[in-house]
Amino acid sequence: MTTQVVSAPPVVPKKQGLSERAKAQERLSYFFLIPTLVVVLGVAFYPLAQTVYATFFDAKLGSAQAWEYIGLENYRRLLTNGNWWDAVWATVKFTVASVGFELVLGLGIALVVNSKFPGRGLMRTAMLVPWAIPTAISSQMWKWMYNDVFGVINDIFTRIIPILPEKIAWIARADTALWSLVAVDVWKTTPFMALLLLAGLQLIPADIYEAASVDGATGWRQFTTITLPMLRSSIVVALIFRTLDALRVFDLVWIMTGGGFGTETMATINQRNLIQFQKLGYGSTISVAIFVVIGIFVVLYVTTIFQRSEE
Amino acid sequence: MKRKNTQIIGNLLFWGVVLLIAFYTLFPFYWAIVSSLTPASLLFSTPVKYFPTPPSLGAYKTVFGNPLFLRAMLNSAFVAGTTVILSLIIGSLGAYALGRLQFRGKALVRYTILSMTMFPAIAILGSLFTMVRSLGIYNTPWALILTYMTFSLPFTVWVLSNFFQSLPLELEQAAYVDGATTFQTFYMILLPLTAPGLVTTGLLAFISAWNEFLYALTFTVSLEKRTVPVAIALFQGAQQFEIPWGDIMAAAVVVTVPLVVLVLIFQQRLVEGLTAGAVKG
Repeated sequence: MTTQVVSAPPVVPKKQGLSERAKAQERLSYFFLIPTLVVVLGVAFYPLAQTVYATFFDAKLGSAQAWEYIGLENYRRLLTNGNWWDAVWATVKFTVASVGFELVLGLGIALVVNSKFPGRGLMRTAMLVPWAIPTAISSQMWKWMYNDVFGVINDIFTRIIPILPEKIAWIARADTALWSLVAVDVWKTTPFMALLLLAGLQLIPADIYEAASVDGATGWRQFTTITLPMLRSSIVVALIFRTLDALRVFDLVWIMTGGGFGTETMATINQRNLIQFQKLGYGSTISVAIFVVIGIFVVLYVTTIFQRSEE
Repeated sequence: MKRKNTQIIGNLLFWGVVLLIAFYTLFPFYWAIVSSLTPASLLFSTPVKYFPTPPSLGAYKTVFGNPLFLRAMLNSAFVAGTTVILSLIIGSLGAYALGRLQFRGKALVRYTILSMTMFPAIAILGSLFTMVRSLGIYNTPWALILTYMTFSLPFTVWVLSNFFQSLPLELEQAAYVDGATTFQTFYMILLPLTAPGLVTTGLLAFISAWNEFLYALTFTVSLEKRTVPVAIALFQGAQQFEIPWGDIMAAAVVVTVPLVVLVLIFQQRLVEGLTAGAVKG
């Protein structure tokens, strides 16, 4: 079969046959897509509609008790709730800080790995490992490193490089907890960022740099006038992916601080209300609000890209 | 001479940065391994020991002697494996239609699938809980398999459709000339050619299902139904007030080793799949 395929001459089918085939193709397409669409509509779109519907009710999770229609009361309660706004603010701080560090570090790592040196393959593998292991496990590893008495981080900063006067309970203090979580997130996801940017770097033709060198452009100038502009679309995609991910951070917070010490995020407050307190109506309202916040970020990114590309 | 000196300094700086990156990336793993091999009496003492002297396998014995941990490994393997197989079967059909065939409404379906790959899982948590309850699969692996389809299937369709698209057009034209139907073309020619794509996509989907935490925490409740991430997050010691960090680190190492092996073997493909999924988005 394969040999026939290769040797077959490129025959253009007659118009009649093409449209017959086109119809058959269309029927087959829908037939092939049915299973995917059924699953997507069933386990994602229907629950999403259900979530929006539930926001107008006082409803208890997993209870036979009748839902009581309360209009916009859930929204009023959420928007006047200080804890919610604290969580939004903490999540945004977490997102901006970790995505910002990831971008700078990821770009640095991508540039290093993009240059040829012995052990480069090994380095790429090492980079993939933090990304591949479950967040639950990396959270536990770091929680132990952050331990206030026996943790290695305290040991390093009080004994090996003594820059701290005393040991710190990193994840149990309002002034350090959130930033300690940011450090773990940066560790865990910078490799992903670096890999996306590396793929973009490898698309830039080498002769552009050669031409720039001949014209006498320095390394830094080459970076700002060639590398950054040509990487722009890779950077934007990586930023969007990571931002959406960081905005819904859950595992890390739930395991390391349980949402305490100023680290309550939108997702942990949502899970707590929905599952622990079984407030289906109110919890669903939080879900919708998370959607809105994420939507705002997407719109921000998209509009800035459009403005830039119109220039 | 001066030029040579700056070059040496530049090289030193470069290698310094490389070493720093490697240290930052790998130290937490080194630390997990050291902690897992340090006997408990030394683990909870100061100053901190940087080498396990003498090393002890006690924590590993505890972990492998813990039936709940072994059960969690099995649960995770079953849930992630089934999710991937179902996603690949259902997804390869949809991906073929999206990547190779022409039909009305294609753009709409493509964008729906793409937006689904960025869908926040938490947004439908309550409704899925209700659904899982009413289907009678709460606290079973099927609750996880069903809900994991929300992220696994769109991802599979998206990445696979990119693979299908990258195959040369002549393949189908030649097959049609030979009298093959569209379905035969898909099944006998294109599907075998995307085998590498199926492996890559399957691996990525497996890793994300294996690592999932929120749904696993919410839709299972009894100890013997838990998956690895939840089991490790809720690891309890014999004494209630003492967190068994040595055992937790041993469990973390045990779970990480297979992933490291997978990454070592499939490094190239994983990178390709990851960037294909994201960059083309």
